Amino acid sequence: MLRINADGIHYRELNRTIKAAVRDGETEIVLDNVNGQRYIGTGMEEDVLIRVNGVPGNDMASFMSGPTIHVYGNAQDGVANTMNAGTVVIGGNAGDVLGYGMRGGKVFVCGNVGYRVGIHMKQYQNIVPLLVVGGTAGNFFGEYMAGGVLVVMGMNRKSNQPVTGDYLATGMHGGVIYVRGGVDEHRLGAEPRIFDLDAADHELLEPIIAEFCQHFGHSPERVKDRPFVKLLPYSHRPYGRLYAF
Amino acid sequence: MAKSYLPPEYVVSIDREKCRRCGLCVKGCGFGTLKWGHDDWQEKMGVFKDGQDDLAVAFQRMQSASPDYVVADSSRCRQCHYCVTHCPEGAINVIKNPVAYKANEHWAAHHMRNIWLQAETGGVLLTGAGNDKAYFSYFDHMVLDACQVTNPSIDPLREPMELRTFLGERPNGLEFERTDDGQVRLKTELPPHVQIETPILFPAMSYGAVSLNVQKALAIAAKASGTLMNTGEGGMHRDLYLYADHMIVQVASGRFGVNPDYLRRGRCVEIKIGQGAKPGIGGHLPGEKVDAGVSQTRMIPIGSDAISPAPHHDIYSIEDLSQLIFALKEATEYTKPVSVKISAVHNVAAIASGIARAGADIITIDGFRGGTGAAPLIIRDHVGIPIEVALATVDERLRREGIRNRVSIVASGGIRHSGDVAKAIALGADAVSIGTAALIALGCHVCQSCFTGNCSWGIATQRPELTARLDPERGAELLTNLLRGWSRELKEILGALGLNSIESLRGSRLRLRGIGLSQQELDLLGIKPVGEGA
Repeated sequence: MLRINADGIHYRELNRTIKAAVRDGETEIVLDNVNGQRYIGTGMEEDVLIRVNGVPGNDMASFMSGPTIHVYGNAQDGVANTMNAGTVVIGGNAGDVLGYGMRGGKVFVCGNVGYRVGIHMKQYQNIVPLLVVGGTAGNFFGEYMAGGVLVVMGMNRKSNQPVTGDYLATGMHGGVIYVRGGVDEHRLGAEPRIFDLDAADHELLEPIIAEFCQHFGHSPERVKDRPFVKLLPYSHRPYGRLYAF
Repeated sequence: MAKSYLPPEYVVSIDREKCRRCGLCVKGCGFGTLKWGHDDWQEKMGVFKDGQDDLAVAFQRMQSASPDYVVADSSRCRQCHYCVTHCPEGAINVIKNPVAYKANEHWAAHHMRNIWLQAETGGVLLTGAGNDKAYFSYFDHMVLDACQVTNPSIDPLREPMELRTFLGERPNGLEFERTDDGQVRLKTELPPHVQIETPILFPAMSYGAVSLNVQKALAIAAKASGTLMNTGEGGMHRDLYLYADHMIVQVASGRFGVNPDYLRRGRCVEIKIGQGAKPGIGGHLPGEKVDAGVSQTRMIPIGSDAISPAPHHDIYSIEDLSQLIFALKEATEYTKPVSVKISAVHNVAAIASGIARAGADIITIDGFRGGTGAAPLIIRDHVGIPIEVALATVDERLRREGIRNRVSIVASGGIRHSGDVAKAIALGADAVSIGTAALIALGCHVCQSCFTGNCSWGIATQRPELTARLDPERGAELLTNLLRGWSRELKEILGALGLNSIESLRGSRLRLRGIGLSQQELDLLGIKPVGEGA
């Protein structure tokens, strides 16, 4: 295990150090005093565990394809941007544009997330991205969704606080979104429809909830004390009849 | 169903004296215009029902008695001339439908046609290729200089002439240091550069919009000519890995086919913000074009729509753009230049300045004549500005701000010949990109029907029987020839100008003169009128 004190180090140098260590065979790196350094884990493909103490900067785990990153605190914007494989676990909240264009791997967030989260996630064959939010999400959650699995639980929220913001799943044409505690229809975009869960959904959710609880110390019973609903696209070709020729 | 008000746009005529009924045209037409007469008759009759035995017998008798013949359903014709080109007897001709409308300078036939089409469908008019409207061409109102008597011209046939170009950031200055053993060494760390042997690139045309054979032809030609092609936003097919060193890999808002492996393979990474044919508009590859190969390369399921949102939803500001530029640099460990492609719009100079400051190494500017696989017609024809003016204002702005060295500028959008290339470079471009011209070299007749997926020339289609028509090796030969021809002409132009390097022409607007332009236009282009000396 390698410990790096990130205090006052520019991101370019920090990331160069991390990549060099991993290339030399390091499999576990602990970063202390991280304070806004961007691009941690970005573009990395190795099988390595990175533990982040502090608040990592924007675009953590962008284009990442393999590593596991645990953040013991909040994360900023653009985490898991176009992420390909690997795991990101965030103990606190995460900012905007989490998981943009994500095409594989898993992201677990214990707390709340910002706006434009899970936009344009997509899947291919058995590569299915998963993004789980323990708290609430802002507007445009799951916009343009083309594939993958989004879960939002709305745990520990005030009674008047909605689970998601407006324009939920606008433009959705693939994938599935699970929302704990139901969805206000007026928050939905035009393309998704609300369904109750079937046996296959429960089978899919069970291990996801188990992993979420294992990361953040929740009990599965507590998570399941409110029923989930799922959102599916009304059409896989939402814009198929838009044109004249 | 009520009769459509849309008359055929073209009329296909077959000279029955010349036609030998070989059927090449019937097989050849991707749009289903040409058919065998018997099939056509059967189609019109429909399937014979019970009690229509006598009709069926009459039809069979007709079939056996008369030899088959070719008929044309002119309403399907897109005037791509595949049949005209390939008919061994020269028996086919396609003309514009001479149907005469009441003369009207305001309500042209195409306006009426579009209204009828929209009244019947309620849809957004779709088109392909570039803006075809009669806008003023600045290229056609600029002329180049040449040497006479003094500062003599150079003969490129006998003297070396340099077209080699480097794309990427130039440092503000160079610092040197003396090493312990007394040698002088460059101290400045040079940013990554791409070396091209001619200042002409192939622009982004994605696998999906064009066929894999088109991309192969472009890749082989780029490698042979020492230049670059561009994957477009559809990922890189594994058959092209061999040529990855001559490819720009594009990252667009849909992020199709983007992963660390893809980014690392390319010679250069490009963030696509805009496209000249559709500024501010996203992309939409219909599910019909997403076959197994496209699916694998874009990494989306077969048959699903590939939607590229209009903006990147992680870029709402110059700061956000900078963030993505450096994310890509981090992912590729600062070994590749990052390009940002925008369309030429009113405020292009200020936008380009922001992009240069955001850390881009190359700015690609696509003018309003730039092509597309599919765009709303109204956007293609009415949004954006000409590349000539955009280029001049961007170059001027970056120079004035002292940051011109931070970026290379690649200009595209309607470059038709090497004269346009030379003029663009004199206006400030480091290099140009040629898309439509490259496709024309491959057989494209600019019928503007790329979005239909029925391209008879096998270019803008994924139908296997059509894509098979384009042999990548032959295509590469045509493209390589084109680049060689244009490069030779560029050398002739340079020689006439008394220059021996394209570098000397770059941004040298003194060598351009405007003809028939207003003073304001001359000022914007930064050139003098014809007749005014140095």
